[in-house]
Amino acid sequence: MTSSTSELTHVSRLPGVAFILKKALISALVALVLFSLMVGIRTEAGPTGQLIYWTRFDDLAILVLIVFVGSIVIELFRQWWGPAGTTRSVPQPLQTALDFAGRAIPPLLLIFTFLVPVIFYNQRYILDLGILVLTYVMLGWGLNVVVGLAGLLDLGYVAFYAVGAYSYALLSTNLGLSFWTCLPLAGILAALWGVMLGFPVLRLRGDYLAIVTLAFGEIIRLVIINWQSLTGGPNGISAIPRPSFFGIPLTAGEDGLAARLGIEFSPTHRIVFLFYVILALALLTNWVTIRLRRLPIGRAWEALREDEVACRALGINTTTTKLTAFATGAMFGGFAGAFFATRQGFISPESFTFQESALVLAIVVLGGMGSQLGVALAALTLIGGFELFRGFDQYRMLVFGMAMVLLMIWRPRGLVGYRAPTVFLKRSEAISSELAREGRG
Amino acid sequence: MNADNILNVDHLTMRFGGVVAVNDLSFDAERRKITALIGPNGAGKTTVFNCITGFYRPTSGAIRLTHEGGRSIQLERLNDFRIARQAKVARTFQNIRLFPGMTALENLMVAQHNALMLASGLTILGLIGVPSWRAAEKHAIDQAKRWLDRIGLLERADDAAGNLPYGDQRRLEIARAMCTEPALLCLDEPAAGLNARESAALSELLLSIRDDLGTSILLIEHDMSVVMEISDHIAVMDYGVKIAEGPPQAVRDDPKVIAAYLGADEQEAIAVMESSP
Amino acid sequence: MDYFAQQLINGIVLGSIYGLIAIGYTMVYGIVGMINFAHGDIFMIGGFIALISFLILVSIGLTAVPVILLIVLLVSMAITALYGWTVERIAYRPLRHSFRLAPMLSAIGMSFVLINYSQIAQGARVKPVPPIITGGYSLFESDGFVVRLSNVQILVVIATVVLLALFTWLVSRTRLGRDMRACEQDQTMAALLGVDVDRTISMTFVIGAALAAVAGMMYLLYYGLVDFFMGFVAGIKAFTAAVLGGIGSLPGAMLGGLLIGLIETFWSAYFSVEYKDVAAFSILIVVLIFLPTGLLGRPEVEKV
Repeated sequence: MTSSTSELTHVSRLPGVAFILKKALISALVALVLFSLMVGIRTEAGPTGQLIYWTRFDDLAILVLIVFVGSIVIELFRQWWGPAGTTRSVPQPLQTALDFAGRAIPPLLLIFTFLVPVIFYNQRYILDLGILVLTYVMLGWGLNVVVGLAGLLDLGYVAFYAVGAYSYALLSTNLGLSFWTCLPLAGILAALWGVMLGFPVLRLRGDYLAIVTLAFGEIIRLVIINWQSLTGGPNGISAIPRPSFFGIPLTAGEDGLAARLGIEFSPTHRIVFLFYVILALALLTNWVTIRLRRLPIGRAWEALREDEVACRALGINTTTTKLTAFATGAMFGGFAGAFFATRQGFISPESFTFQESALVLAIVVLGGMGSQLGVALAALTLIGGFELFRGFDQYRMLVFGMAMVLLMIWRPRGLVGYRAPTVFLKRSEAISSELAREGRG
Repeated sequence: MNADNILNVDHLTMRFGGVVAVNDLSFDAERRKITALIGPNGAGKTTVFNCITGFYRPTSGAIRLTHEGGRSIQLERLNDFRIARQAKVARTFQNIRLFPGMTALENLMVAQHNALMLASGLTILGLIGVPSWRAAEKHAIDQAKRWLDRIGLLERADDAAGNLPYGDQRRLEIARAMCTEPALLCLDEPAAGLNARESAALSELLLSIRDDLGTSILLIEHDMSVVMEISDHIAVMDYGVKIAEGPPQAVRDDPKVIAAYLGADEQEAIAVMESSP
Repeated sequence: MDYFAQQLINGIVLGSIYGLIAIGYTMVYGIVGMINFAHGDIFMIGGFIALISFLILVSIGLTAVPVILLIVLLVSMAITALYGWTVERIAYRPLRHSFRLAPMLSAIGMSFVLINYSQIAQGARVKPVPPIITGGYSLFESDGFVVRLSNVQILVVIATVVLLALFTWLVSRTRLGRDMRACEQDQTMAALLGVDVDRTISMTFVIGAALAAVAGMMYLLYYGLVDFFMGFVAGIKAFTAAVLGGIGSLPGAMLGGLLIGLIETFWSAYFSVEYKDVAAFSILIVVLIFLPTGLLGRPEVEKV
């Protein structure tokens, strides 16, 4: 009896091997054709201006081999895991540990973030990186309102970032207004811009809305580049004033903060101050978002994402609902932009490309649309990852692109694929049972 | 017209390009009564619903909604959400349209959006956490609780709506429509896919909505047992036109109606009816 | 008057290139309902493949221009079509039943992949190409301004017309065309009637990519260079053309392409060159707001 069953399993596995090999061979062949000219031949503008080339057949061979082997590995993995949609049930002890982690991580992470300037006081690089990550966390939380909560695909979020940055830059360099005065103004201007942009286009369907927002983002960038008299064009605006500690400048002089506190001046003071400013701004974004989710407007945003037709049937004015989501997200983008301008001291149109919009969008999608913690973790991962590969600009963009494709295929719901309800009938039992389940796919 | 009609549909016509989906349809729905709109598939019933609730703009004709005090609103030129909000007309859909990722309770809270938005002072008061807002929210939760209890889903209030069994989803959609406190409730095939026990529960629910709350109901349905049991008045459509109208008994015995459903000729239907004992 | 005539010629040529790309967008949108964000970059890759093919053929000693053109055309169409096929298989097919925005996000990722892959593979600097087709005709002259019609321009228009005719025949007379139209209307029913939906969709992407390759080659011949970001901007403009003409309509795509080409050319000639892209993007927004079904498209009624 045993020998015949093992025969059976042996026979049923053979076609599997042939199947995998065939698939790998086809993939390798396709790769060969695809890469033949692009990789195999390398062109360059020669010394006298004409085009020269040389061959790179060894690179080509290596790539094809990688594709062949990779194809086998992926196929084996797929057979072990099951098709892309299968979920595995998580064993109970692991599940309880994950629940605990899920509840412990946010406060721990917050405490850690507060202590970063203390721990890494002398490592300027870490502090700068921290500021960068927090800026993207804030942008992610801002875009999350539009894309994650309301489900509106905005591919031009960088436009609001730019409006905020240029508002502060222009107001401070031309009118001498301080950062703290300009910050709310930047937010308001960005929100106004969001309403103006949003009003004509918000009745468009998903894909069209995405392209239109992309077009708006590009238009803003082009206008900034070309309107030299206002924005300085490609040269940007420089000598943007740094923020003061609520009126007291952070400089080495007599009236500086260091002198007043009686401590020795160090340029790190300003960096630390900036770190806490962006942290405060990000936390404000987070707090407002969480509060709004529990209010009717936030619930209407989420209902909009779930089913717009049903919303209209319930008497909800979906146009104003979309506009408020757009304007709120834009406002936070404006705040972040103003901060960006003051941190760098210099802005130019190069910082406001479509790539930025895509990056922030990737953070929101990776984080699991709607999840605050997920977005923060995603920002940390993506920006941290980007920093690790600084210097390999094209490679990291390539990996970024592939990561987006893979993410959509394997975990379209993001890292934290779960949605926390905003109101419970039975609090305590509800919380534990909700966390144990994955949100509806 | 001595009947107190909440809805008057007057010469309603809906054309899509060359196709006439609804052709010169006129009927009335009486206040605090259940009116059913029946007919074979493709007769144009859902199209009529979509015209009444503002999802389609009628090609021609008038639809008038008359409130309790005599105030009337013309619906044919209004937007879908304005009809729901100002005219107090609520509806359910043929293919259930709940908010699947949100809990049952949250679905019912969304239905009370407009009242809550006012109470939250367009969000500002809500952000601050003013006591009047908290009271309004509690009131809304209580109303939702009452409905969940009425449809037997109180135990599952915190479950995602998409995870509920089919019959529960149908009832939840009705409860959600009722949370908007409508004057007219339009139901598009509420009994579709329900078994006998669930259909009976549905009939009971609809009758209690009519009797206890005084809400008028307009209903599209294929399940004849439900229709016959609860309807006060029936209008029958076929190929976009009304072919019969009247109380349930009269409609049931009308040869035109039988012919339409059988896909047969009216004469044949009469012959069959006369030959049967 | 002659300046106008010259711009007219230039606009038609540019418009033909946009039209060829636009067909790819409109076909894919018609059949799977998604905007193939990476399509513009396929056009860019087509241009690169053409560039490299030219280089190789010239360096191995081939001098007969028509032969070179033909070989480059076939090679770049074939290889670029394979790129189109691969992108669909890897990035779009697995997402066919995923949530609404997934294919678009995947397409954006794919666009980044293609752009950076090209940059890494060929180096970031712009590659200039000596003019392969030279010469032309002076049409007429007045006030010292000569209206010229170059041979390249003639080639572009002829190629476009031929391909358009070929393609229209394909869609209306062949089995594949019929399958495509069936899938556009009702995928489930088409499948039930024996249409291989997967293969039909793949072929749609393949054909779109092949046409984009031709556009890339024409662009190379006309402008004498290819750069990595030409796909991004040209892509949006071509998509605008597809929407303007009526998304899902083939003659619409070509019509839209011509209109966009003309508008862009006249705008740069008479108003300002710097803001020509702004003009194109603004048209997209205006069209989508006021005329979402485009000039030749069919109005959509939302089923509730």
